[in-house]
Amino acid sequence: MTTIQQIEGENEQHPDVALIERVRAGDISAYDTLVRKYERQIFRIAQHITQNREDAEDVMQDAFLKAYEKLDQFQGNSKFYTWLVRIAVNESLMRLRKRRTGKMVSIDEDLETEEGSVPRDLADWAPDPEQNYTQSELGEILEKTIKGLPPGFKVVFELRDVQGLSTEDTAEALGLSVPAVKSRLLRARLQLRERLSRYFKRKAGSKELASTEMRPAK
Amino acid sequence: MTCTEFLAILDDLIDDSVAAQTRAEVELHLKKCGHCEVIFNTTRKTIEIYRCHEIYEMPEDLRDRLHAAIMARCKNGC
Repeated sequence: MTTIQQIEGENEQHPDVALIERVRAGDISAYDTLVRKYERQIFRIAQHITQNREDAEDVMQDAFLKAYEKLDQFQGNSKFYTWLVRIAVNESLMRLRKRRTGKMVSIDEDLETEEGSVPRDLADWAPDPEQNYTQSELGEILEKTIKGLPPGFKVVFELRDVQGLSTEDTAEALGLSVPAVKSRLLRARLQLRERLSRYFKRKAGSKELASTEMRPAK
Repeated sequence: MTCTEFLAILDDLIDDSVAAQTRAEVELHLKKCGHCEVIFNTTRKTIEIYRCHEIYEMPEDLRDRLHAAIMARCKNGC
């Protein structure tokens, strides 16, 4: 019984595979479906890395065009989306490099910072703190908060926590090891939490937390 | 469990990938440590807020324009 389930699992085909087959057979409408499915996610990744709207638009176009041109090289060993993300990340880094007049740019840069790896702001947040802001104010806060993180943290957080990719798929898409993804994810989560605390913590005078010290390692 | 040990497995806790026994130890620690409880809850809330409120959303007209441009170039062989 286990064997049959395993075989069924192995034979289960990702819906993108059939679309790619159709594109390879000359059906351009199948590529249209793929673009619609992933364009918003690719745009967000490009925006996180380039921090520039025009560059993100160009990256999105170039990534989809490059993927279309290179579709014959797509082996199917990985998922189409992780392959597409890898193209988009490389295109984004190239744009960034151009803006920085040729200075080397990689997904690993600026990772030396220790900021946020040890939580400092230990105040509790108001209940449903986001409801104290309008949608546009909240959008501004979230954008401003994530902007200051290194690109390697932002993209890992976006792929793992916002888009819901597995750690393994995130590692493959970014060309990183699984431990590297895990380390970046923890630091991204803690840094964002720390920064959001400035906006979301309980106002003075509301219920205070009992003052207990963090217990250090034995 | 110490606060440092709690922080070391925070990601696994959030991703719900810890063994039942470890989870029980964490729950015991959180009952005694208000600060770790805050860190746990507010980190989860951070993720939830970013997941529910999409940033860098493209306006519909821009999306249509970019989409049309991509497809036009694909049809012409890029």
